[in-house]
Amino acid sequence: MSGVTIRNVWKEYAGQTVLERLNLHVASGEFVTIVGASGCGKTTFLRMLLGQESPTRGTILLDGQPLPAEPGPERGIVFQRYSVFPHLSALDNVTLALELPASPVLGRLFAREKRIARDKAAAMLRAVGLEHAFDRYPSELSGGMQQRLAIAQSLVSAPKVLLLDEPFGALDPGIRGDMQALIRQIWQQTGVTVFMITHDLPEAFALGSRVLVFDKPRIDPQAPQAYGATITYDIPLRGRPGQVPDALVQRLSSAPGAPNEEAS
Amino acid sequence: MTRLINLHPDRVSRVVLGLLPFLLILAAYLVASADRLAANPNDKLLPGFGAIADAFWRMASEPSGRTGELLLWADTGASLVRLAWGLGIAGAIGLAFGVANGVLPLVRAGLSPLFAGLSLIPPMAILPILFIVFGLGEVSKVALIVIGIAPVIVRDLQARTLELPQELLIKAQTLGANSWTLVLRVVLPQVLPRLLDALRLSLGAAWLFLIAAEAIAASEGLGYRIFLMRRYLSMDVILPYVAWITLLAFIIDWSLRTLQRRAFPWFARVAGGGR
Repeated sequence: MSGVTIRNVWKEYAGQTVLERLNLHVASGEFVTIVGASGCGKTTFLRMLLGQESPTRGTILLDGQPLPAEPGPERGIVFQRYSVFPHLSALDNVTLALELPASPVLGRLFAREKRIARDKAAAMLRAVGLEHAFDRYPSELSGGMQQRLAIAQSLVSAPKVLLLDEPFGALDPGIRGDMQALIRQIWQQTGVTVFMITHDLPEAFALGSRVLVFDKPRIDPQAPQAYGATITYDIPLRGRPGQVPDALVQRLSSAPGAPNEEAS
Repeated sequence: MTRLINLHPDRVSRVVLGLLPFLLILAAYLVASADRLAANPNDKLLPGFGAIADAFWRMASEPSGRTGELLLWADTGASLVRLAWGLGIAGAIGLAFGVANGVLPLVRAGLSPLFAGLSLIPPMAILPILFIVFGLGEVSKVALIVIGIAPVIVRDLQARTLELPQELLIKAQTLGANSWTLVLRVVLPQVLPRLLDALRLSLGAAWLFLIAAEAIAASEGLGYRIFLMRRYLSMDVILPYVAWITLLAFIIDWSLRTLQRRAFPWFARVAGGGR
């Protein structure tokens, strides 16, 4: 079964249930956007997909195989910040992604192999619009350019799944639009499966082929931590950008804690 | 009226204000020295600048009657070699164990309490042990510097390594790094400029331990010479030696800072620079 399968996954910390009863199958090649109020476990969900945390109950399968319990090359990640290596130029950042899997002892390629890797990295940088920034360090790039670099770095070794944790949350609205166009184009060209957390409902509905809404269906006023969040809406858009349902906007904006500024 | 907190010096007055305390101390010394020399031309406590310059020139250019060496240069060479060995070995230990502690939780659990404990031992208290174990030669002096500063560098680099954003380590794993290549390509290059910072901060302590070791048992070296000259109340040698040591320390510090800026051009912007 190709894609990501999630079977009855729970995540609990001491005395606190964060996520409960998650059941989901995502076919490969889908673009899943994830929205929900603050503190409802979206980031925890992404971390479990990443392998940074493991579920307390249940299993996550990738193409029918249990997901390795630590981050690995089959899953790429772009965080909101700190996604690229500050000590490497843009070209070296992307080249590193080709060198690390190929060289387990030195983490470095030489001579002809190095040239091939650099050419491939350069092509990837051109594809995300960074053809003028090969030799610049990340600190010399704007926020949007840094995220372009992070996307190029994550995708150059062709992972099966790309995880995006509010990748455009810190960007100006104008830049955001460019980045959304870029990620949509990359998704269409590569067919990679994307999971993207966002706080921006229109963004979720414009980009996703499927929108997941995380929320707490049960709340015990005496013990607010007792029940966790789960997927309350699973909205397929079949590749056509959808309008944001009014009911959903109502539901999310009336939830405790407005849908922005998540303290993950 | 402009508040005092809003008055800023311009470039010229900043230089003047910075030099002023030095000049005042110098002037106070000259007045006191002239005063004492007027009362007793043979006074040794506060020699005039002429006597100091004569003594320094003698140390730098006239071969010693006993060994035939130019004492200032022989002392400087001996001390700098010891200091270099001490800083080099302590830096290597600090880098190896600091990074290992910072990256590998299993190593950290085993070694972090050890280095925390070691760094609390007053190094001077174990100098006698070093002399007993290593003898009175070069090894015990270098060992004192290493024991004095290595635990601090280890702990500092451990903290700096742990400060690296977790996201970067996760990212490297998703790019296919194993633990070793992650250290080699992601952690070490980012910790190296921080090692230079740690060495700069340890420089004062390194000089302290060097001079202490030389004062107790040596036959040459800047610290040895100062403590030897104390027996003759030779302030005309001691004072320029102290100034010379200060100048050397400044040059080493400046070199490390310049090396950091040249070798790691990305670092200043990441760390806020100017340190």
